[in-house]
Amino acid sequence: MSNAATTVPIGRTPFRRFLGGYGQEIVVLLSIAALFAVVGAVNQRFLSDNNINAIFAGNAYIAIAAIGMSMVIVSGHIDVSVGSLIGVIATMAGTLAVSGYPVWIAWVAPILFAIAVNAGVGALIAYTRIPSIVVTLGMLSILKGGLISVTAGAWITNLPAEFMIAQMRPFGIPSAVWFMVGLTVIAALFMRYTDFGRAIYAVGGNIEAARAAGLNPERTVVGVFALHGFFAGIAGILFATQLQVIQSTVPPNLELTVITASVIGGVSILGGTGTVIGSTLAAILFACIGSALIFLNVSAYWLRAVLGLMILATVLADMARRRRAR
Amino acid sequence: MGDRGPAGALPTAASPAALAFPIELRGASKSFAGIRVLNDVSFDMRVGEVHALLGENGAGKSTLIKILSGLYRADEGEISINGRAVKFATPREAHAAGIATVHQELLLFPELTVAENIFLGQAPKTHWRLLDWQAMRQRARQLLDSLDSPDLDIDAKVGTLSIANRQRVEIARALSQDARVLIMDEPTAALAEADVQRLMDIVRRLKARGVAIVYVSHRLSEIFALADRVTVLRDGNHVGTLDIGEVDENRLVSMMVGRAIDRLYPPKQGESGESLLELRHVAYRNVVSGISFDLKRGEILGIAGLVGSGRTETALTIFGITPATAGEILIDGSPVTIASPEAARDLGIAYIPEDRGSQGLIRTQTISENVALANLKRLSTGFMVDAAKVRKEAENAIRRFGIRARGPDQTVRELSGGNQQKVVLGKWLATNPRILIMDEPTRGIDVGSKAEIHILMRKLAGEGMAILMISSELPEVLGMSDRVLVMNGGRIVATFDRQDATPEAVGAAMTRAGGEKAA
Repeated sequence: MSNAATTVPIGRTPFRRFLGGYGQEIVVLLSIAALFAVVGAVNQRFLSDNNINAIFAGNAYIAIAAIGMSMVIVSGHIDVSVGSLIGVIATMAGTLAVSGYPVWIAWVAPILFAIAVNAGVGALIAYTRIPSIVVTLGMLSILKGGLISVTAGAWITNLPAEFMIAQMRPFGIPSAVWFMVGLTVIAALFMRYTDFGRAIYAVGGNIEAARAAGLNPERTVVGVFALHGFFAGIAGILFATQLQVIQSTVPPNLELTVITASVIGGVSILGGTGTVIGSTLAAILFACIGSALIFLNVSAYWLRAVLGLMILATVLADMARRRRAR
Repeated sequence: MGDRGPAGALPTAASPAALAFPIELRGASKSFAGIRVLNDVSFDMRVGEVHALLGENGAGKSTLIKILSGLYRADEGEISINGRAVKFATPREAHAAGIATVHQELLLFPELTVAENIFLGQAPKTHWRLLDWQAMRQRARQLLDSLDSPDLDIDAKVGTLSIANRQRVEIARALSQDARVLIMDEPTAALAEADVQRLMDIVRRLKARGVAIVYVSHRLSEIFALADRVTVLRDGNHVGTLDIGEVDENRLVSMMVGRAIDRLYPPKQGESGESLLELRHVAYRNVVSGISFDLKRGEILGIAGLVGSGRTETALTIFGITPATAGEILIDGSPVTIASPEAARDLGIAYIPEDRGSQGLIRTQTISENVALANLKRLSTGFMVDAAKVRKEAENAIRRFGIRARGPDQTVRELSGGNQQKVVLGKWLATNPRILIMDEPTRGIDVGSKAEIHILMRKLAGEGMAILMISSELPEVLGMSDRVLVMNGGRIVATFDRQDATPEAVGAAMTRAGGEKAA
């Protein structure tokens, strides 16, 4: 890679390829930097260790769920049930933990459950050709309704201390942040350097061309949803162990926040393009905006409006770019 | 996936092993829903030859290609390589056997780079089984250089490229798989003249390397310039395979279209009347130019020409979708300006587009709603659409055109192709036009409905309507038209009266390399 300077260039320079391949990610990263600079200048406490920890650790589960969501959207689909799934996973993990099961079972079993459920959802979408929004809307109702019926909304308390993985701090950094960074890096490399990762882009970009290239689009979609289940499972465990109590309900609008992170991170809602680095950065950006509103004494309810504006701006920019490319 | 290991080495010049690579398709037949689209066709390829495949739309070329490339399986017949019978269950197995296809609708990934498009599904790997992007980019560069395309940016997204460049990417993709047979389905249909020459150079290069090429094209000039042998299909049958030296243009055209078509079409009723629409040197940008003709009351005027010859573009200009940029249009002898479809409609012109799915019909709505759509103003009282009027209009259309439907409230989607086309007719004829432009009036509908549409067209002409018909099917043009205009390269290159319009003469005018820019 590094000896490109000594040979005849075969394409663009690494720098130009970087700009071409990660445009939206760079925009989001610069936005985060700008936000820190401006809000930090107005209110020093915004930059305190406590606040930065809260921003990153408190929202890591959203970034992790957005990794799987990005894969799903790149493959040309969508999942609106992820918020409910995370609610179910959290409740399941908490119930197992307080029922005296070993901690590792309370962590792993719900993740396996999430993988199985989403693989089933993926198979339904891939083989029956029912649009993913319909299948996952159905799933949303099933999971949400099932959860409330079974738990009657009872809170789970007295969680064992060794269960609280999100509150652990290996090397002084919250474990949720380790998970977020580690999983993002692994997922980004996976998407970039493996056959399966590239198949996700191919299937979302042009399914007929993918078939002609010898890929199996159905199997790819099932695999993507299973992976999405894995990330949602981890997100659910982190969500469950963040506080001392699990509310046994579905966090409101969580699926929208997750989808928004993917889209603002540069994942095209039309499929075929985007990266998980972008979605993680976008999740961090939201967390920063939410925190900044508090420090600037603006009602936190504005957060949703700001996110909405950002979605519209991003999608419009995407459309304009595609039109230019025609 | 990619278990073929590192692919993408350049195809080497014909090695002895490659020379012994005849591929043969014997006695292939294929039916869809009981209709035989390919009937006992045999086809073979030799090393380093360009074998042209000719035939009208619907002759079975695409089916044959799809059997060779593993997308379809023949009902009967077999493929053999080196005398050994093979079966392709998937396109991948055909690739593995060395057969690659450049599809007409290029199968590429617009959001991915050129390099990745070439190698997707068979990318070079590092020893960790991870994608080796650097090797991928280097090999992409080499492949494109070998196709005389050093100007193509391997890091550009394919969606930003021109059609000609996308096609080069597809060809590079085919070669990366060490293709020994390359099937090219109408590769020049969407290309400009300069790009056609460049493509033909690439074909000659590949031929010199020993690649066998199946070349599908309507353009006879290209076939005479490139092909060694030519196979002609007609109505799914194998008409013949000949060395290019044994045939001339006339012979090929008559092999393609030669059949008695006189009795298939309804006869003219009455005489043509006075001139209704007249075009004088009409042009739209540099797409069509110097278009002059007149269309008479009670006449069916056919426009023949290949896809891209300017037929549809002429219709769009008359209908005001792409208003004329030069020349004059006269109706009833007085000059008019047609700046929009609304203006055209007010002048009594109706246009029935080629693609009724996207342009002519809203398939999920009912017959009533579709018929009403072009006439909302006339069918409304104040701000409200008058439901009773709409219903009456739809009932009229059903009766007048013999639409087979349960009633005005049936959704269009549930109708057959022929009946859908009749709804389109009903929708536009409800505007009471005097001039009717029909683009591919019977494409994609069955033979019975086709005949009904033809009878309807004759009836309308008999009632005094002037009809301008565009069709890719030569028999239809010859059978239905009172006069035939032939377009080629954005101009009218010939005009025939009914008795002079022989398949040979019209076919030759359609395919001649438009006079001034001969190859």
